[in-house]
Parts: sequence; C-alpha cells; structure tokens
Amino acid sequence: MATLDVEGKSYEVDEEGYLMDWQEWTEGVAGAMAKEDGLDLSAEHWNVIKFLRSYFEKYQIAPMIKILTKELAKEYGKEKGNTKYLYELYPAGPAKQACRYAGLPKPTGCV
Amino acid sequence: MADIKAPELTGEIITPKVTPGASKGIMPFKAKPELMEKVNFPAEKPSNWKELFLKKMEEILKKYRSVRVFLDECVRCGACTDKCHYFLSTGDPRNMPVHRQELMRSVYRKYFTTGGKLLGNLAGARELSDELLEEWLTYFYQCSECRRCSVFCPYGIDTAEITMAAREILDATGIGSKYNLEIINKAETIGNNLGMPGPALRNTLDFVEEEIEEKTGVPVKLPLDVEGADILLVTPSADFFAEPHVLSLEGYAKVFHQAGVNWTISSHASEGGNFGMFIGNYDHMKTINKRIWDAARDLKVKRVIAGECGHAWRVLYSFSNTLNGPFDFLDSQYRQPSHICEYTLDLIKKGAIKLDKAANDEFSVTFHDSCNVARASRMGETPGDQMTIPREIINACCNKFVDMADDTIGERTFCCGGGGGVLTDEMIDIRVKGAMPRMQALKRVKDSHDVNFFALICAICKAQFTKIFPIYGIEMEEVGGVHQLISNSIQLGAKEGV
Repeated sequence: MATLDVEGKSYEVDEEGYLMDWQEWTEGVAGAMAKEDGLDLSAEHWNVIKFLRSYFEKYQIAPMIKILTKELAKEYGKEKGNTKYLYELYPAGPAKQACRYAGLPKPTGCV
Repeated sequence: MADIKAPELTGEIITPKVTPGASKGIMPFKAKPELMEKVNFPAEKPSNWKELFLKKMEEILKKYRSVRVFLDECVRCGACTDKCHYFLSTGDPRNMPVHRQELMRSVYRKYFTTGGKLLGNLAGARELSDELLEEWLTYFYQCSECRRCSVFCPYGIDTAEITMAAREILDATGIGSKYNLEIINKAETIGNNLGMPGPALRNTLDFVEEEIEEKTGVPVKLPLDVEGADILLVTPSADFFAEPHVLSLEGYAKVFHQAGVNWTISSHASEGGNFGMFIGNYDHMKTINKRIWDAARDLKVKRVIAGECGHAWRVLYSFSNTLNGPFDFLDSQYRQPSHICEYTLDLIKKGAIKLDKAANDEFSVTFHDSCNVARASRMGETPGDQMTIPREIINACCNKFVDMADDTIGERTFCCGGGGGVLTDEMIDIRVKGAMPRMQALKRVKDSHDVNFFALICAICKAQFTKIFPIYGIEMEEVGGVHQLISNSIQLGAKEGV
C-alpha cells in the first residue's frame, strides 16, 4: 500500500493518491498533496476543499459539481461560481483533484 | 497523464502500420483482496490458479454455446482486422479482433481440443502462464465490448462475448479490475454506481428543481420514491452528478412535467447502468437488474422508462427478461421497458409537447450512435428505429443537424473509446487513442458544417468525450445530451394534454 508522509505521520493512499480513510484527513494532507503537484493552496482553494468536506460529512458523497459552483457563487460572487473558475483552481478537474486534496474517495461510475 | 497527446485530427481514418506491443502495459488497476471478496471472487490469485481458470472456462464453454461456437468457427478471413478503434489508433496487432480472440482460442485449443492437446504449439495451442494472464488482463481490457467488429464478421463472431467470458475467467482466477468491481459493489450495496445514498440523492434532486425554476420560472418537480407513480425513471447515476449529464436529467423532468404524468425516481434503483455485464458475470448482472425490477413492483408503477445510458438500455431491453423475468406485472399497454427517446418522440408526434427550435439555433448538431443502443438493442417498431428515433428528436428541436460519415454511424458507429468498463483514469492513454476514429469523423463535419454540439444518449460517452475533447483541442462544452437539446427548446406552460 502506498503512503503519503506528512509531518512525521504516514497516511495510506490508493494507486492514484486518494486517501484511504477520509476521516484521517488533516489540512497538512491537502497541503502535501498540492505540493506534490507543484500547487500552493490559496484561500480560494481552501474554500472548495472546506465545502467538499462539509458536504461529504453530511451526505457521504461529494456534491454534484453544479452544487459546488452554485455554493461558490453564493458565498464569493458570481464570477467564482462556474466550472471554468474551478478548472483554473484545479486544472486536473474539481472531482479528481479537489476531492483528492479534500481527502475524499474518487467519484466512481460513468463520470 | 498531463503529457497525453491526441492523434492529429486530419479527418481521415487510415489503417496503421502493424506495431507489435504498441499498447502493451496499458491495463486496469487490479482490485485489492478486500474488494475481490466483497464481490464474491477469490481474494487473490492462488497457487492453484490454473485449476480455477480452466474450471471456469469449462463452465463457460458448457453454459454459453455461443462462446464455443465463436472459438471454433473463425476462418481467419481478416474482415475484422481493421475495424476496431483500438487497433486503428494503436497499430497493436493484439487489438485486431481476431488476434484478441486468439488469446482465448489458443488456450481453448490446448485444453479443450484433441488436436491442441496432441500437437501443442503446432496446432496453435498455448499453455497457461503468468505471461498469458498479463496479456489477457491487458488486451481483454483494451476491448470496449462495442461489437463493431461483429458487424463485419461473415460468421457473426462477437468479440464482446469473448471479452466478457475472459474477464469472468480472470475474476474467477482472483484477478479483477478495481474500477469495475468497485462500481458493482456500490450498485449492489447502495443502489448506484456513484455510491450516492438516498438523502444525497434527494438533496441533489432538490437542487435540480431549484435550477429549473430559476431558469424557467416553472416549478418542475423531480419526485423520489413516490408509490403509485405512473412511471419509474431509471437513469445512470452520473445524471445526478456530472456535467453535461444533469442537463439531460432536466430535460426528462421537463418532458414528464409537460406531459402531466406522475413519475418517480427510485432510491433503491437509482442506477440504470449495470457493470455486471461488462465483466460477463451473470450473478452480478442479475442482482443489479433485480433492484430495478423490485423498485418497479414496490412502487406499483405502470411502466419503466430508461434514461440516456447505452448499456443500461441493452441490459433492460435484451437481458432483463431472462435475468429476473418479464415486467409482466406492469401495464401491458406500454412497451416494457421504454427508452426515454421513444417516450419523448411519441409526445412530440402527438403534439403533447411543443418545441421552439430557435432555442437551439446557436448549435450545429451531430449525433453519435452509442454502441449498445445501435448494435445490441432496438427501439420503436422496426429494425433501425434505435438510429432514427434520436435523430427525429434532434430534428424536431434543432434547425441544424448533420450526420457524420455513413461508415462511422448507425450499426457501424465507432465506440467513444471509453465503453465496456474502460472509463477509468489509468486507461486514459488508450481512451484518448481509441476515440480517434470518431474524432476524425467529427472533424469532417466540424469543417463542413461548423458542428459545435455533439449529441449523445449514453453517460459513458458523455463522460469520455468531456474528458478527451480538450485533449483533442475541442471545448468540453460541445458535448451534450439529446434531452439537453429538448430541455433548451421545450415550451413549459399550458398543457396540451397527452
């Protein structure tokens, strides 16, 4: 099993770097994953991560992308509530990259 | 992944030079032991794996006469060799359907024919080995079970059926695809491929209702688990999660609203797709299908309608009857099950819904036939209606429609490159390549007719093209659903009645 080492602690991750146990997540985990991708997490990145985690805690699944963009629009203004903005923040895609940083499992199915 | 390059778009589909091993090494992630056990397969490959392999193969040869016939009857005429999108895009001879089949046929000769047992290599027989297993895992997962090759085979050999049998043998040997098995486990335990629990589904449907009302001012509902509804809609769970999928979901809801019918989605059967088919496993296919059957009975609906999903339609149309029995408890005045395209076109023809074609004037549209709809099922009354019905819908709601080249549509349609359980990130290289023939055909109509809307009726096709269009330099927003076009153009308001 692959691991991600953050601040002296080892976290189990799958083949694609998703955390095996979403409850083990810490902010340090997100920071370390981003660093591996050469990204610095800004306040705007964190807004996405925090919303994803709060939705997951409530519903045990990541939200539909449109729910995420609408939430961002409501909280931070219309120009930040669209898929394009999400892809600027997370070039590999909101589901695949933002979910991973948020410690959530990869969405499965025909998506 | 970042350095994946798309083949150049020239508009031409040229048979490539044969390059052995060109796509070697591209294979799915193997499922971990815990996951294998959850879906009733051996946790991992045991030391006596050859016994398990041959036992399962023998069982399949007895149970499915078709597989044995396909293995026996190939005359190596070569008609199939240049018909597979994965061969056309990689040049790897193992992606020629006849050569893919040979991976199983050689084992068949060795262990199940007298000539092969006696003469071995001389008779083209091959012994089981770890190397052969790796080849199976590679090339039986570089087949999207699209069945295009079978259209050209003079004997009608169906490579998809051989691929399904091969995957079933691999699973029985303790070697499974993580992507496919994870999805099967979620569909069987939670009710959909996404793993979306009921409360999350209700929250999502509430959100879609809000979206529609904001955009149109009309309170269109998306009901969940309503007992006594007339219609049960069974759609891929991607419609509850991804774009552009959700835009077709809005379309179905608007059609039902305007028709004035009581309809419902089921949280128990919140999935149309059935990945049991992709791995050729009868038990899983049956278990997943049964959720739909049970939901229809428990909710006491009159009819079942399938949303935009290619293999969901194949399983419902072609296999459901034999898996769990006929839907004979539903209202016999309706075709059971029906496809959403049949339903919508019927309403259009009756004048029960009105469409404003001008609402889609920004789009020049083409339609991609999905493999499982085009080659493995039907719609409507007559053969070929599964091709004409979606086109009639598009023509009813759009002014600009053009078809791609004849040899790339209808029953000769090319796979999106991600069908049959291949739609996973570790397969991205072969997915991008495999889309090449379709992309070349699209390129031609983009050049000739400025096509900017690629209309689909399959969740896998939608996800695949949304992912690979940008790699080919095309905006992902050009990918959409047929009911997305309906959603844009349907006139909500005073009902004409059905």
